Amino acid sequence: MLANDVKITPELVAEHGLKPDEYQRILDLIGREPTLTELGIFSAMWNEHCSYKSSKVHLRGLPTKAPWVIQGPGENAGVIDIGDGLACVFKMESHNHPSYIEPYQGAATGVGGILRDVFTMGARPIACLNALSFGAPEHPKTRHLVSGVVAGIGGYGNSFGVPTVAGSVRFHKRYDGNILVNAMAVGLAETDKIFYAAASGVGMPIVYLGSKTGRDGIHGASMASAEFDDNSEEKRPTVQVGDPFSEKLLLEACLEIMAKDCVIAIQDMGAAGLTSSATEMGAKGNLGVTLDLDKVPCREEGMSAYEMMLSESQERMLMVLKPDKEKEAEAIFRKWGLDFAVVGETTPSMRFIVKHHGQVMVDLPIKELGDSAPEYKRPFVSLEKPAPIDAGAIEPPGSIADALERLVATPDLCSKRWVWEQYDHIIGGNTVQRPGGDAAVVRVLDGPKGLALTTDVTPRYCEANPFEGGKQAVAECWRNLTAVGATPLAITDNLNFGNPERPEIMGQFVGCVRGIAEACKALDFPVVSGNVSLYNETNGKAILPTPSIGGVGVIADFKKSASLAFKKEGEAILVVGETTGWLGQSIYLREICAREEGAPPPVDLIEERENGEFVRSLILDGAATAAHDLSDGGLLVALAEMAMASGIGAKLDAAPDDIPGHAYWFGEDQARYIVTVPAQAVELVMARARKASVLVSRIGTTGGAAVAIDGQRALAVPDLNERSEGWLPGYMAGRD
Amino acid sequence: MKAAVLVFPGINRERDMARTLRLTSGREPAMVWHTEHDLPAGTDLVVVPGGFSYGDYLRCGAIAARSPVMDAVRKFAAGGGLVLGVCNGFQILCESGLLPGVLMRNENLRFICRDVFLKVERSDTPFTRGYNAGQVVRVPVAHGEGNYIADGETIARLEGDGRVIFRYCGPDGMIDPDWNHNGALNAIAGIVNDGGNVLGMMPHPENHVEADIGSTDGRGLFAGLAEALKKAA
Repeated sequence: MLANDVKITPELVAEHGLKPDEYQRILDLIGREPTLTELGIFSAMWNEHCSYKSSKVHLRGLPTKAPWVIQGPGENAGVIDIGDGLACVFKMESHNHPSYIEPYQGAATGVGGILRDVFTMGARPIACLNALSFGAPEHPKTRHLVSGVVAGIGGYGNSFGVPTVAGSVRFHKRYDGNILVNAMAVGLAETDKIFYAAASGVGMPIVYLGSKTGRDGIHGASMASAEFDDNSEEKRPTVQVGDPFSEKLLLEACLEIMAKDCVIAIQDMGAAGLTSSATEMGAKGNLGVTLDLDKVPCREEGMSAYEMMLSESQERMLMVLKPDKEKEAEAIFRKWGLDFAVVGETTPSMRFIVKHHGQVMVDLPIKELGDSAPEYKRPFVSLEKPAPIDAGAIEPPGSIADALERLVATPDLCSKRWVWEQYDHIIGGNTVQRPGGDAAVVRVLDGPKGLALTTDVTPRYCEANPFEGGKQAVAECWRNLTAVGATPLAITDNLNFGNPERPEIMGQFVGCVRGIAEACKALDFPVVSGNVSLYNETNGKAILPTPSIGGVGVIADFKKSASLAFKKEGEAILVVGETTGWLGQSIYLREICAREEGAPPPVDLIEERENGEFVRSLILDGAATAAHDLSDGGLLVALAEMAMASGIGAKLDAAPDDIPGHAYWFGEDQARYIVTVPAQAVELVMARARKASVLVSRIGTTGGAAVAIDGQRALAVPDLNERSEGWLPGYMAGRD
Repeated sequence: MKAAVLVFPGINRERDMARTLRLTSGREPAMVWHTEHDLPAGTDLVVVPGGFSYGDYLRCGAIAARSPVMDAVRKFAAGGGLVLGVCNGFQILCESGLLPGVLMRNENLRFICRDVFLKVERSDTPFTRGYNAGQVVRVPVAHGEGNYIADGETIARLEGDGRVIFRYCGPDGMIDPDWNHNGALNAIAGIVNDGGNVLGMMPHPENHVEADIGSTDGRGLFAGLAEALKKAA
C-alpha cells in the first residue's frame, strides 16, 4: 500500500470528473485504493480530451494512409512526404474552453501548444492558421472575445516568429456561450530526421527542459472535458499563461540539439503536463518510467506531487537523451537560458513510478494507464434531415444588386482584414499568397516548391445534415487548395461538438465523421492528425457541429499558383461545374430572408474530383489567369471578391431563364469554381472541358470599374470594397 | 560587404535579414551572438534585425540594448561604421542611445502587419543611394510599437539636419495622417544619427526583395549599401 493521507471519497472522485464505474475500473486495474496523486493522474489521462473515450471507436473509420503519409494520427503531429527529402509536419488543435474564459491567454496558449507539437517532431514551424467561431455580433461578450482571441493569437505567433497565413472567422448565436478557437501549425523537416515520442533503452536519462513548473493549468484538460455553466468564469485559474519568448528559445534549443543527434525521444508537455508526456514516452517504447519530483524545476515553493503531475505550465518538454550526449545537450540548453534537469529514467518494469521527498507517491502500470482508459460506444440518433427547399419558394430580393451590397457586408462574408493585419503574415519571407484568398501559399525553403494551406468547414450544413456537412468540409478544403493550383495531400481535423452523452449530439458526431471519411477516401486526402473537442455546451445549449478541416497541398512551382484577383480587362469569366440554384442552408437564405432552413447542397465527390482536376490543369499550364472556389454566398459573392481583390469590374450575362435570378447568383451548389482565361483561349478551354466531361460555361467578361449584370444596377467596385472592408472595423469600434 | 547580423534571444527576423543580405550582396553575413564582446574582424556593416528580443519584456529593446555585443556596436558606430536597425533593431538602437527618441505603442493599440508606402527623403546617404530622393517605395511593416516620438528639440534638430530618412506616405508620396498607420510624429519611419552612419527604421525592406514574394522595393536599400561599401573598400 502506498502512503495516502487523503481518503478517497465518492465526492472526491466526482470532483475529478470520474464516473463511479470509471472509478471501479481504476480499483480493478490496480487492486487497491489510489493515492490522491494517482487519482489526479487517472483523471488527467481518462478525461475526454486526453483519452478520446467517446470518439475513438468512430475515428477508426477515418482513412489515414497513403503512399505519401509518413506518420498518421497518434503522434504529436502528422507527417507527410512533400518530395525532395522534405516532410511537412502539421496538426490542428482546439483551445475552446480556455479562450472563452480568458480570451487572450486561452488563444495564445492554443497557438503555443500546437507549435510545440510541430517542433517536437523536429520540424521548424513555417506557418500558422486558425479557425475561429464566435457568438452573434450582438451578444454582449462577442466583441470582447474577438478582440482578446485575435490579440492572443497574434501576440503569441508574432513573438514566436511564425507567419499566420490563413484562417476563418465566423459568427453565429450558437457559439454565444462557447466560442471555438482552433489553431493549426505547419512545419518543415527532413524526412529522415523526424523525432518521435517512443523511448528506447533501459536506464536512459529522462530530461526536463524549458520553463519551470507552476500551479497554472492544473486540471486544464479536465475543464476542457466538461460543459460550461454560469459559474465557468470561476475556472479562470485553470487557464495557463503563455510565454512566447520561452517557446522561441525552446524551439531554437530543441532544433539545435536534434541537429547534434542527442535525442532518442521527445514529447511536449501539453494537456495533463508531466503525467501524459512521461507515460506516453514509456508506454510507446514498452518501458517503465521513474520520475523524481525533487528534481523538477519549480516556479513556486512547496508544490505537492499532485500539483506537479497535473500542472499545465507552458513551454516545457520531456526528452530521453543519449547518455553520452547529455553534457552537450545541457550546454545548448544553458546557452539559451532554459532549465535543464534530469528528472528520471527509463526502466524495464513497465511501471510508472513517481517519487517525492523520498516517498513513492505513484506506482501504476504504465501501459494500462493509457490503454485501459474507458472506451464508450455511446448511443446516437440521427435527427430527421430537413427536406430540400425549392428555390422558387424562396422570396427574391428587392434587386440582385441590393442583395449583393448587403451580403458583402455581412459578418461571415465581409473582409477579415481587421483580424489578419494583427497577425504577422510575412515573417519568414516566404508568404507567396497572403490571407484573404482561397488558400495561403508559402514557399518551401528557397523554392520553387510551395505549400498551400487552408482551414474550412460550413457548420450550418453539418447541423442540417451531418453526413453531407462532413463531406462538404473536406471537399471545400480540397477545392480551396485546388483553386490556387496545389495538389491536395492530407488533412488534420479538429472536431468540435457538444455533449456526447446526448444521443443527438453523438449522432452529429458520427454523421460528420462518416462524411469526412467518405470524402477523404474519394479524394485521396487522408487524415494524418487531429483533435476532438466535445462538451462545447453552455447551460445545455450546444454549438453548431463544427468539424474544422485543415488541409495541406503542394505545388511544384509556387510561381504557377493562381490567385483570385482578376488580372486584366477583357478576359472571359468561366464557371466550372453545374449551377442549379441551391438555396437551402445558404447564406442568402440566412442573411436576406432570416431563415436557416432546408437541406444543404449535396456533394458529388466524383464531380468534385473531375472539376478540381480540370481547374488545376488550367492553372498549372497557365491557361487560367485567376481562379476562385465557389462557397458561401455563391457565384455573385465570389465574383465580387475577385473584383474587389483587383479593382477590375465584370460585365455579366443575365441569369438563365430556367433558374430564378437570386438562386442562380447566390445558390451554393458544390464542386464549382470561377476561372478567368484570355478571351482568345475560350474555345480551346471549352474543348478541353468537353473532352474531360466537365461542365464549363462562360458567364461574362472582366472589365470596367463595376460588377454589372445585364439588366441590373451596376455596383462600383470601390463601393463594394468599402462595404466589405467596413463592417468588422466598425463593429469592433462599437459602431453598429 | 562583410555584414554582421546580431542575434539576441527572441529575435526572429534574423533569417530573413541574412537571406536578403546574401541575395543582394552575394555574401553570407556573420551571425553574432549577443554575449560576444567583439564583432568579427573586418565587419563593415552591423545589422540589428527585427523580432521580439527578450520577449519585449520590460520595454521593447531595453534588455538587448544592455547586452555585451552592444558595447562593441557602440564602439564600431563611434568609428563611423555603418549600423542598420530594423523594427526591434530600431527599438534597440534607441534604447542603447545610438539614436534619439522612442517607439511607443501604435496609436490604435494593435499590432499591424501590412504593406505601407515610404517616401525616401534623401538619396545621399549610404543607406538610400539605391533610391532617388522623393521616391515612394512599398514595404511591409509588422509591429505593435512603432509610433516614433521624441521631445520637441530633438525633433527640430532631426528635421533641421535632414536626418529623417523615411516617412510614411500615401501611394502618391503625400504625407497624410490616413497613411500613417502607427501615428508616428511627423510620419517618421526611419532616422539616422548625427554622423549619418546609424539608421533605424520600423518597416521591413528585407521582406520585399523578390518580385514573386511581395515586391522588390526593399532591394534598393541593400543594393545601395553593397555599392557604398564596395566603393569604400
